[in-house]
Amino acid sequence: MSHPRITWRVKYQEDLDLAFGREIAARPGGEDLYRCIQCGTCSSTCPLSIYMERTPRQIIAMARAGFKDEVLASHTIWLCTSCYACTVDCPKQIKITDIMYALKQKALGEKVYPARFPIPVLAKEFFQAVRRTGRSNESRIVVRMFLQTRPWKLLGNIRLGLKLLRRGRLALRREKMDGGQAQLRMLLQTTRRLENQTPARSPPLAESH
Amino acid sequence: MKYLYYPGCSLKGSGRPYEESLLRLLDRLGVEVAELAHWNCCGATAYMSVDEVQAFALAARNLCLAEACGGPGDAHLIAPCSACYLVLNKAQVYIRQYARIGQVVAEALRAAGLEYHGRIKVRHPLDVLFHDVGVERIKKAVTRPLQGLKVACYYGCQVVRPYATFDNPYNPMVMDHLLRAAGAQTVDWSLKARCCGGTLTGTMEEAGLRLSYILLKEARTQGAQVVATACPLCQFNLECYQDRMQSRFGDGIEMPVAYFTQLLGMAMGIPAGKLGMERLLAPQPAIPIGPPGAAVKGEI
Repeated sequence: MSHPRITWRVKYQEDLDLAFGREIAARPGGEDLYRCIQCGTCSSTCPLSIYMERTPRQIIAMARAGFKDEVLASHTIWLCTSCYACTVDCPKQIKITDIMYALKQKALGEKVYPARFPIPVLAKEFFQAVRRTGRSNESRIVVRMFLQTRPWKLLGNIRLGLKLLRRGRLALRREKMDGGQAQLRMLLQTTRRLENQTPARSPPLAESH
Repeated sequence: MKYLYYPGCSLKGSGRPYEESLLRLLDRLGVEVAELAHWNCCGATAYMSVDEVQAFALAARNLCLAEACGGPGDAHLIAPCSACYLVLNKAQVYIRQYARIGQVVAEALRAAGLEYHGRIKVRHPLDVLFHDVGVERIKKAVTRPLQGLKVACYYGCQVVRPYATFDNPYNPMVMDHLLRAAGAQTVDWSLKARCCGGTLTGTMEEAGLRLSYILLKEARTQGAQVVATACPLCQFNLECYQDRMQSRFGDGIEMPVAYFTQLLGMAMGIPAGKLGMERLLAPQPAIPIGPPGAAVKGEI
């Protein structure tokens, strides 16, 4: 991946979207966004922060301050692998991994993720595959991701694919559920319908995990 | 006690040796397991990136199915893949903690003819083997001890935090205890719960590969002869890209990476073929196992 050129531009109050932080704070897991003390523990514990153009701490500060476009277009949120190290280490018990999820969902919903960036494409392909068949088919999903982002990379993976195939670790046949597909479809359709009626944005009950 | 088994998609694909060795091992130890019928994908991290309430509904269906065939009391569902383990546990917590998520999921489950009462305990094989089976029983089942084989136990991220309660999230030890009971010597290293890069090895190789490389390099530095894993994605990342590490970092690490269940199985004399050993990719300098009948030496 080539890092995008970062150009600095002064933003004034009227350029900011102050509702953005509140919206993220209203998502499940985002409720403590405004309790962040900007200590940077998350950034120091994150094994990927050195690859991020903005650290997790900065993303939190920017989300609260209303830098919506910058946050949603950042690579940071997609580099989060959900290892939960920050969530466990945060002295304010902020669910940072969940905040990253909320930001990913928002970026996908508004289609503002970085162009041809494989990570969000993989997420979408995975989502669709599971919705269709109820199972994830590793090889198909990966092939589709490469085709949409960097097709030439497929060549470099042929050798590995063959090795796995020979060892029975790569299924060419589509893995299917052994029954219950109709039930699963009904479940996901109903969930989507209910979510569209009233998004799940209530604060958590008083219980900590 | 009988357990239900939730394989998850990886154990039917690239993680086949994990399934084969786990089931063989449990069978050898007299632990009864039955695969959950009609299970669906847990959603992993990708589904949650797109829509998290749907992700919880997806996970909840598996919990309902398990509850329905588990009888009236609490039932134990074994989830060997770290992502499955985390998502199934997280779904339980969020359905309970967030009223609106709980309502939506419950209503959608009802529409699909399902209901969940919260009676499922999601367990990882490490947890079951250490806390239910116990080190003593494992020690007794060992017939070909690993003779001081130096193992770096690699736990990865999602199996020790934040929803796991069976081990320490910073310095997990359960796998170390299990492998020591099988005669191995486990190395002390500080990266045992650090991220392997997850799917970044495929999506952003520059970052993902380096994360895996750091783990292997440190394991080697600490004198490990083999890395033991407990997650299909960790195993894949650490094993399948070793040749690429050579070309990218100019440092070829030839380190066998096996599932901890494979190593335990070998120590119990289960034939390598039944443990999926031949499905591994990385060079396998013969894993030194002892002669039949040798006893496990030393303190555990």
